[in-house]
Amino acid sequence: MPETTDTGPAEPLLEVTDLRKSFVTKRDVFGRAVAREDAVRGVSFTLPHGRTLGIVGETGAGKSTVGRLVLRLAEPDAGSVRLLGADVLSLSRRDLRRLRRRAQMIFQDPFASLDPRMLVGQTIGEPLLLHAGLKGAARTARVVELLGRVGLPAGTADRYPHEFSGGQLQRVAIARALASEPDLIVCDEPVAALDVSVQAQVLNLLLDLQAERGLSYLFISHDLSLVRSFAHEVAVMNHGEIVESGPGSELFGHPQHPYTKELVSAIPVTRPGRRRSAAVRRAAASIPAAPEPPVVRPVLSHVLEGDPS
Amino acid sequence: MAVDATAAPGGAPNVPGRAPLLEVDGLTVEFRSGAGRVRVVDDVRFTLDRGRTLGLVGESGSGKTVTSLAVMGLLPPRSSWVEGSVRLDGQELVDAAGAELTDLRGRDIGMIFQEPRRSLNPAFTVGEQIAEIARRHLGLSRKDAWDRAVEMLDTVNIADAARRARHYPHEFSGGMCQRVMLAGALVCRPKLLIADEPTTALDVTVQARMLRLMNELQAEFDLGILFITHDLGVVAEMADDVAVMYAGELVEQAPVDDLLSRPEHPYTAGLLGSSPDVQGHVERLRSIPGSVPAVGAWPAGCRFHTRCEHARPGTCDTDPVALADGGPGRRARCVRSGELHLEGVGVDA
Amino acid sequence: MLRFMAQRVLMAVPVIVLVSLFVFLLLDLLPGDAAVAIAGENATPEQIADTRERLGLDLPLLERFWDWFTAALHGDLGTSLYTGQSVGGAVAERLPVTASLAVVALLMAVAVGVPLGALAATRPGSRVDRVVGVAGSLAMALPPFVIALVLVVVFAIRLAVLPATGYESIADGGVGVWLSHLLLPAVAVAALLGAELARQTRGALLDALSQSYVRTARARGLKPLSVVGKHALKNAAAPVVTVLALQAGHVLGAAVTVEFVFAMPGFGSLAVDAVNQRDVPMIQGVVFTSALVVLVANLLADLAYGYLNPKLRAG
Repeated sequence: MPETTDTGPAEPLLEVTDLRKSFVTKRDVFGRAVAREDAVRGVSFTLPHGRTLGIVGETGAGKSTVGRLVLRLAEPDAGSVRLLGADVLSLSRRDLRRLRRRAQMIFQDPFASLDPRMLVGQTIGEPLLLHAGLKGAARTARVVELLGRVGLPAGTADRYPHEFSGGQLQRVAIARALASEPDLIVCDEPVAALDVSVQAQVLNLLLDLQAERGLSYLFISHDLSLVRSFAHEVAVMNHGEIVESGPGSELFGHPQHPYTKELVSAIPVTRPGRRRSAAVRRAAASIPAAPEPPVVRPVLSHVLEGDPS
Repeated sequence: MAVDATAAPGGAPNVPGRAPLLEVDGLTVEFRSGAGRVRVVDDVRFTLDRGRTLGLVGESGSGKTVTSLAVMGLLPPRSSWVEGSVRLDGQELVDAAGAELTDLRGRDIGMIFQEPRRSLNPAFTVGEQIAEIARRHLGLSRKDAWDRAVEMLDTVNIADAARRARHYPHEFSGGMCQRVMLAGALVCRPKLLIADEPTTALDVTVQARMLRLMNELQAEFDLGILFITHDLGVVAEMADDVAVMYAGELVEQAPVDDLLSRPEHPYTAGLLGSSPDVQGHVERLRSIPGSVPAVGAWPAGCRFHTRCEHARPGTCDTDPVALADGGPGRRARCVRSGELHLEGVGVDA
Repeated sequence: MLRFMAQRVLMAVPVIVLVSLFVFLLLDLLPGDAAVAIAGENATPEQIADTRERLGLDLPLLERFWDWFTAALHGDLGTSLYTGQSVGGAVAERLPVTASLAVVALLMAVAVGVPLGALAATRPGSRVDRVVGVAGSLAMALPPFVIALVLVVVFAIRLAVLPATGYESIADGGVGVWLSHLLLPAVAVAALLGAELARQTRGALLDALSQSYVRTARARGLKPLSVVGKHALKNAAAPVVTVLALQAGHVLGAAVTVEFVFAMPGFGSLAVDAVNQRDVPMIQGVVFTSALVVLVANLLADLAYGYLNPKLRAG
C-alpha cells in the first residue's frame, strides 16, 4: 500500500480500503448468474492532496474498474471509499451528486465523452450553471476563461466537437472537468488515443493545473513509461489486485514482484544500442522463445454458490 | 508456380551490385478529395535489404500507412493515384498489371496489421485462413496446405497447433491472433514483411514476446521487414534503419543508433524528447507545440516550421526543403541541420 | 450445436400453440354461425341445435381448442364441414402446388437477387448499382398480383409462350410441363423477395467489404472473386438469411394471391374457400400448417446462422 507521508491536511483526499467488484460472466436461461469474474479483488490505496497516483496494468487488470468504483459509477461489492472525509459508498443520491462535482473524470476517447450535438461552450457551461448557478454573461466569461486556461482560443466555444482534433478535444474535456472546481480528477487513459507529440502537451497541462490548484489525480494507464514520468506514486495491478506499489523511480528501478519485473523488462527502451546486429540475432534465433501462454489470464471465474462475497 | 524463397543463406545485406530487396523512389500518392486531388504522400524514397528492418516512423496523418499500402498496391484504384517507383527485387510494381500484383501479394510480400483480431475473418478457422493462402500461391492440395498451415502455427509458437488450427479467431487472445496473422503472412516464405503497427494494440508483455518472435523469424527466413510504428521505443528494439515521416514526406533517415543519439531534424529530436520513457520522472515533459497539420493543409516552406523552435523566418517558411545527404546512410530535410546541435538520447541516459 | 437446435425447437412449441389459439378465438368472434350455415337457411332451431351438437360447437371454447389441438398433434386435423374430406388430406393435396411455387420462387429470388446485390456492392455508385436500385424499388412497389397480371398479358397472351393458368405435377406432366406452369407465377412471387434480397445483400456486403479481414484477404493476394465471394459474402450472409426467413410468411401470402390469378389449385385457394365458407376446421388446418412452414423456415435460418457465425455456436 502506498503510504505517503502527508504533511498537508490530516486526512488524505482519497482513501480506498479493500475494494471488491465482480461481474457476471455467464447467466442461465432465467438470467440468473452462473459464473462471475472478479474484476477487483481487495484493492486499497490512499491519495494525498495535490498528488498523483498512477495505476498501471494490462488489459483486464481491473484498473479502469477501480476508477469507476471510486466515483461510484459502478457499485462495489465490498470495501470502503473515503473521499474528502465522506464515506462515498453510504452517501445518498443527492449527497453523491454534490460530491461528484468535486471529483471529475476524463476518458480515453474525448469525442465519445462529449455530446456531439452540443456546442463546446454549452458543454463547458453546463456544470457552471448546475453547480455555481452562473448565467448569461458571467457564464460566458467563465467559459472563455476556462478555455484559455487549457490553451484554446475563445472562438472554440461556438464550435462542435467534430471540428476538433483529439488533442484539442481532450483539452475541452479537461476544461469541462475544471468547470466544477474539482479536487480530484480520475484520468482513465487520457492520452492513449493521442499522437506522441500531443500527449506531452496534455500531460503538461495536467501538471500545470496540479501545481496551480493543488489538484489530485488518479491516473490510470497501460503505459508504464507515461505513468513513471507523470505520477508521484505508482500502483501496479494484475488480475484485480495491486501487486506492488511505491514511488515511480523506486518501483521501476528496483521492481520486487515478479509481475512488475516482467512488465518493466517488457517496456521497449528508446536508447541507442538496443538493436542487435543481424549476426547476433541469427545466433539468438536458434534458441526458440517461450510460446505465449495459451490462457491470457489465470482462471478467475468460479461457479457461484449462494451469495457472492 | 514453384516458389521457394529460402535462397541466399546468410543473406548478406548490401551486396554490391545486387539490387536491394525493396527500392522505393519518388513515391507520391494522391487521394480524390471532392472534385480535386489531395496529396498524402510526397516523393518518398528509401531502400530495404534482405534480413534487415527499416522502421518507418510517424504520427497520424504522416502518410506512413498509405506508403505501405502503396507498396502493396492495396490503395483503391478508382480514388487514388500512385506515382513514382516501387521495385521488389528489381521488379517494378507501380505500373504492374493487377493480376501480376495479386500473384505477388501474399507470396513475395506478407503483411500484418494493427488490429490482429479484426484482421482475421471471424467466419473461418485460423487453419483454413492460412491454408487458403498456401493453396492460392503454392498450388498445394487441400491436405498439404492444411499441414503447411499447422506447421506455420507451430513456427509462430502456437502451442498444440494441430488442434488450434481448427479454432476460430474469437477463441484466441489478441497476441495469439497476431501470431496467426504472422503465420499467414509468412506461409509462402516471402522476402518482405510489411508490419503496420503490429504491436500497438497489444499489452506490453505480449508486445515484447511478439517482437522477439519477429526478430527470430527474420533471422530464420532472412526477411526484410518494413516496420511501421509511432513508437520510438519499438524502433530502438526492432529497426536497423529508420525513416521518419512528417506531413507526407520523409524528414530524416539514418541508421537507428545514429538517429537516436544524434537526430538531425528538429521533429525527430522533438519526438525523442517527448517520449516519456526517455524522460524519467520530471516536473514538466518536453513537448512539440501545436498539432500535426491536416492532410492538404501543409504549411509552405518546411512543413514543420510552424511547430519548430529552431525555425527562422524568411528561411524556413519560404521554399520547400530538400532531403539532403549528411553522413553515411543519413539524410535530413532541414536547412539548419548543419548548424543545429540537437539533443538525442544517450546509451544510459 | 445440438443444444442450440433443441432450444430453438422448444421455443417453437409455444408459438404454435399461441397461433392456433389466436385463430380459434378470432374465428369464434366472427359474425355468422357455422351451424346455421351448414344446416341450411331453412333449418328449424332443432336442426341447428342438433348440427351444433354434432359438430361439438356447443362446448366451451377452450375445451374445443384443446380437443382440436391434441388431435392435431396426432396428425388429425379434423374434417371439413362442407366436403367431409379430411383436412389433413386436403392440405396434403394442395400443399405441393404451393410448395413448388414457393421453392421455385425462392430459388429464383436467391439466384437473381444475391448476385445483383453483390454486383451493386462491389461497384457502389456505378451505373449497375443504380439500375439494381431502381429495379429493386419497382419490384418492391408493385403488388405480386399486378406483376402476375402483366406477365400473363405479355407471355401467355401476347407471346403465348407459356400457359396462363393451371398446374401440372411432375408425376403427371414431367419436369418441363411442371416448370412451364410455374415459371410465370414464380416470377411474380420472386420479384419482391429478390428485390429485398438484393437490397440486403448490397448493404451487408458493403459493410463486410469495409472490414479489416477483407484488407487482409487482399494483402494475401487472394483473387477478387474469392475475396468477395468467400470472405466477405460468408460474413454478409447472416443478415441476408434473416431476411429470407422473415420473408417466408410474405412468400406464402404472395403465393396465395398469385395462385388466384393463375387459377392454380394450391394452398391459397384452399384457404380462401375455407374462409368464405366459414369452414372452421379447414381454416385451422391451413393456419396450423402455415405456421409450421414459417417456423421451419426460421429454424433453418437459425441453423444457417450457427454455420455462418461460429461465435453463436459456442454460446
